[in-house]
Amino acid sequence: MSQSLKPYLTAVRSSLTAAICLEDFSSQIVERHNRPEIEVDNTHTPELILNPMIIARNENEKILIEPSINSVRVSIKIKQADEIEQILVHKFTRFLTSRAENFFILRRVPIKGYDISFLITNFHTEQMLKDKLVDFIIEFMEDVDKEISEMKLFLNARARVIAEAYLTPFD
Amino acid sequence: MSPTIYQLGHLPIKEHVFSPDRKTLAITKANTVELYDVSSARPQLITTLKGHDKTVTSVDISPDGSRILTCSQDRNALVWEYNPQEQEYKPTLVLLRINRAATVCKWSPNGEKFAIGSSDRIVAICYYEAENDWWISKHLKKPLKSTITSLSWHPNSVLLSCGSTDGHARVFSAYIKGLDSKPEPTAWGSKLPFQTLCGDFINETGAWIHDVAFSPSGDALAFVNHDASIGIVYPNGQDQPPRSILNVKTNYLPFKSIVFLTENKIVVGGHECNLIVFEGTEQGWKESYKVEKQKDLTHDNPRVADSLNDDDVEISSHDALNMFRQLDLKGKVNKPNPQGGAARALSTVHQNTISNIRLYASNQVSTSGIDGKVVVFSV
Repeated sequence: MSQSLKPYLTAVRSSLTAAICLEDFSSQIVERHNRPEIEVDNTHTPELILNPMIIARNENEKILIEPSINSVRVSIKIKQADEIEQILVHKFTRFLTSRAENFFILRRVPIKGYDISFLITNFHTEQMLKDKLVDFIIEFMEDVDKEISEMKLFLNARARVIAEAYLTPFD
Repeated sequence: MSPTIYQLGHLPIKEHVFSPDRKTLAITKANTVELYDVSSARPQLITTLKGHDKTVTSVDISPDGSRILTCSQDRNALVWEYNPQEQEYKPTLVLLRINRAATVCKWSPNGEKFAIGSSDRIVAICYYEAENDWWISKHLKKPLKSTITSLSWHPNSVLLSCGSTDGHARVFSAYIKGLDSKPEPTAWGSKLPFQTLCGDFINETGAWIHDVAFSPSGDALAFVNHDASIGIVYPNGQDQPPRSILNVKTNYLPFKSIVFLTENKIVVGGHECNLIVFEGTEQGWKESYKVEKQKDLTHDNPRVADSLNDDDVEISSHDALNMFRQLDLKGKVNKPNPQGGAARALSTVHQNTISNIRLYASNQVSTSGIDGKVVVFSV
């Protein structure tokens, strides 16, 4: 793990632990509804939303945490140094989000400007332990960089093999 | 003394209450309320009260132990009474006249009326009307601006405090003409017609209030905010500024519940999964101790520790073969993590947020958590 990654992840871990303090909360606006307050238009009940926060390691890698009384939205921007990484990240997040129902906390559509979003509600924190949820997100952030650079290496290796095969002079 | 632990399933318990003789325990569980006989060592399920069609948010037992009050997100509250002929609990609907979820319910100390808080920005004070054979309600509306999260009765059964998500803790008069006798003057005021606002407190951050509590004498009010602070107010008579308003800031995760043990001692608990005791007087309050020993959640990061001493681990010949094979294949090393995914438990009894604390005996409190446990602690 590189030197600057550890403080970044520590900051994310502390912020997430504080942000995921959720409770069951029935809608004040719509009768008999119980919905994630962060996802609805909150012009009528602004008191239920807390201040969002952004933790950035650099301009390419940041995380946005938007807490509310019964839900937290966590959006991650994954490092993309060049065009190959952009394509890889796009394909990778598309693969995940199209299987969102198996991931429980994954949001189907990421927030604009970010690559992947999680939506954690009070029902998730009731079923799962909070520190495990935080661990999961931290682990995801650690692994996704690894995964992307691994795929990039793979891609380069294959490109090299193919190029060599094409460029071998005919005997 | 070690705490008594009742593991009652794994569904979240929003609120629990022991009957006054401490033989029966009522807990909320999804859309129902379960009653347990806890007079023996193992809790025995007595019955399940089914009457709500949405999550039950709160349960309370009347001070004489004869009636059980439940309220739910389906906008209703029910009063359950045991019917000896049919040998089961029968519900009576309360005429609440609210059209959002009921969030919290509390019997008054004299047992003649109860208060129900709701997301409709209303507190309903309910009492029994004999001629119609109904529980009817009067509404406290102004100046409530947001969902009521908590209620607490003054020992004289007239004053009621409520906390809400707009960050205000308020003290109202819930005096019902014809039902209550004229109350003695208290530090909160002497003339108390219905809906008199006797106090309105907000701390500097205006964070949501999770719980309010009157001290045993009723001469102090304490509340816990989402910013993990505790506010304590000592009033000074009607229309006078309070004698002292204290705000105790802490570094913990937010507290969900607060209980006075004595005038000078309170217990709080919440997202920290631990109980913390505070002691003090009008001059100032401070933390005295934690009920359970605990490791810090946020600084506990085993993965980082693992990867730091990765380099020192010796590589056996078999591992080395794998390593080179992977290097060859992917251009990087990937070692199996022996501790990955191993279940780690918190060092506290409650493995998830403590939702509710109640006084059990003079030096004991009972807690319920969303991990499905009810625990009796000595503090």
